[in-house]
Amino acid sequence: MSSLQTMTLNMGPQHPSTHGVLRLVLELDGEVVLRCVPHIGYLHTGIEKGVESKRFQQGIPLTDRMDYLAPLSNNLAYVLAVEKALGVTVPERAQVIRVLLTEITRIKSHLVWLGTHAMDIGAMSVFLYCFREREQILDLYEAVSGQRMMSSYFRVGGLAADLPAGFEQQAQAFLQAFPDRVAEYEALLTKNPLWRQRTIGIGTISREDAIGLGLTGPSLRACGVAYDVRKAHPYSGYETYSFEVPLGRNGDVYDRYTVRVAEMTQSHRIATQALGRLTPGPINVADPKLVPPPKPLVKKSMEALIHHFKLYAEGFSAPAGEVYHAIEAPKGELGVYLVTDGSNKPYRVHFRAPSFVNLEALSKMVEGRLVADVVAVIGSLDIVLGEIDR
Amino acid sequence: MAEPRAPLEPRPAGDEAAAVPESLVLQRLRAQLGDALAEVHHWRNETTVILAPRDLLRVCRYLRDEPDLAFDLLSDVTAVDRLQLPQSSPRFEVVYHLYSLQFRRRLRLKLRVDEGEAVPTVTGIWPTANWHEREVFDLFGVHFEGHPDLRRILMPEDWEGHPLRKDYPVEASPKWWEEEGA
Repeated sequence: MSSLQTMTLNMGPQHPSTHGVLRLVLELDGEVVLRCVPHIGYLHTGIEKGVESKRFQQGIPLTDRMDYLAPLSNNLAYVLAVEKALGVTVPERAQVIRVLLTEITRIKSHLVWLGTHAMDIGAMSVFLYCFREREQILDLYEAVSGQRMMSSYFRVGGLAADLPAGFEQQAQAFLQAFPDRVAEYEALLTKNPLWRQRTIGIGTISREDAIGLGLTGPSLRACGVAYDVRKAHPYSGYETYSFEVPLGRNGDVYDRYTVRVAEMTQSHRIATQALGRLTPGPINVADPKLVPPPKPLVKKSMEALIHHFKLYAEGFSAPAGEVYHAIEAPKGELGVYLVTDGSNKPYRVHFRAPSFVNLEALSKMVEGRLVADVVAVIGSLDIVLGEIDR
Repeated sequence: MAEPRAPLEPRPAGDEAAAVPESLVLQRLRAQLGDALAEVHHWRNETTVILAPRDLLRVCRYLRDEPDLAFDLLSDVTAVDRLQLPQSSPRFEVVYHLYSLQFRRRLRLKLRVDEGEAVPTVTGIWPTANWHEREVFDLFGVHFEGHPDLRRILMPEDWEGHPLRKDYPVEASPKWWEEEGA
C-alpha cells in the first residue's frame, strides 16, 4: 500500500477523550488504524526526583499527584514501602482505616472511569450519576483530611490524625445507599444494546499478549487472569476480609467494563466489613523516633520535646537496603521500589505506575481496528496521565 | 538495663510459605546457571540476584520458560544511579522485577554497568520492557542493545541530560532557565 493512501491523524494532547494530555499519532487507511504511536510525557513533573530530594514523610504529598483520582492508594503504596524498609507494622485501627479508605478510593476512581468512559462513547447521563456519588466520597475525604482531592492522609507509621467525630455515620450512610446506585449504572448500560455494540468484541487482547505486555489490574482480569495483589500478596490485613476477584473472559472493552463494575460492589463489601471493625485504639506505631509524641506531652516532657524537635527538624532515617512493595491500586499493580542508604531521605524511589504499563498495550488493542473504537479502548484502559508521566 | 540490646532484626517473615519456594528459584538457578549468579542478597523477605550483563538474556529466558519457575510477568524495569552511594562503581544498576503469576513469586535481578556500557534488551522476552527501557534510557542515559525503538519517552526529544542521575540538579536545568529569561 503506498503512503498516498494513508492519512496520519494527530489525536491529542488536547483531545477530550484522551483523559488528560495523551497524544496519539494514528496512521489511518480510511477508517482503519494501521499504526498507533502514543506520545507521553506532557505531564512529567519529576515526582521520583522530587521524592528523592525530600525526607521520607515529606514525599507523601507528591505521591497524591500521580494517580490523582486515587490519591490514597498512592499514599498507601509509598508508606507501606517505607514501613517495609523500616521493619514496622502499623496498629490494627490504622490498618482498618487504611483499608476502608482505599476501598472507598477504588470506588471513587472507578466512578470517574465509568462516567468518562460512558461519556466518550456517547452515554452522557451516566457521567452525572457517577459524579453524584463521587461528590459524597470527596466529602468523606474532606472530613478525614481537610482536602477533597490531595488528601495525603496516610503517614509512615500510621495516619495523620484519627477519624473525625461523625465520620462513621457519614461513611455508613454512603455505603448503605451505594448498592442501589450501582444497580442504576448497570440499568443504564449493562444490557443497553448501543453500549454492547460499542464495547463487545472491541479492543480485544489475548491472555498471552496481556501478560507479555505487563497488563495488571482490571484490564488483566478482564482476560480471565486472576491476579489481584490483595489476594496474591495480602497487605494491611486484606487476607482477613472476604471478597471475590471478578474476572472477565474475552478481554474486550465490555469485559473490562463488567469487571470494574463488579469490583465496585466488592470494594463496597470490603469497606462495609472494615467499617464494622473500627474499634478504638492507637492509630500510630508507639515509636517516638518515628511518630511525633502527642502535643500535650511535648509541653511536659523534655524527652518528648526532643523527639518532637528531631522529627520535625531532620525526620527519621531508614536502614540501608532496598524493597519493592506492590498494592492493588484501582488501575492495577502499583509498585514502589525504594532504595535506602541509611539517611533520612530515600536514595532512590521508583513508582511502577499501572497506567504507564497498561497504556503500552493500547497499540496492540487498536491496530487493525476502526478509528472510532480508539476512544472506547482508551476509556476502557482507565489511564491517568499524572501517573503515566509522573 | 544490664542486658545488651539485641541488634535491630528485620521484621519476621510475614509469609513463611513464600520463603521456601523462593529458595527453590535459587536452587534451580544455582544448578542450571550457577556461573551467572555474581551475588545473591536477601533483605526484608526479598531476594536479589546480581548478574553480569552478558548473562542477562539466558537467565531471563530460563526463568520465564522453566515450567517450575514461570516468571511470565515482568513487573518493572528501572535503574539506580549509585554516584552518591559508598560503592559508586560501576555507576548504574539496572533493576528488573520479575513475577510469576502461577506461583506468586517475585524475584529481583540486577545488573551493574558503567557509563556508556550497553545492556541487552529484554523486549524479546517480555514485550512490556519496551517502555520501561525507554524510560531508563531517557532518565538515566543507559543504553539498551537491540531495543527496537530506543527514544526518549518522558522528556522532550531535544532534552539534554538525564534527570534522574544524581549529578542532575533537582531544580530545573540551568539551560532551561537561560532560555526562559531570554
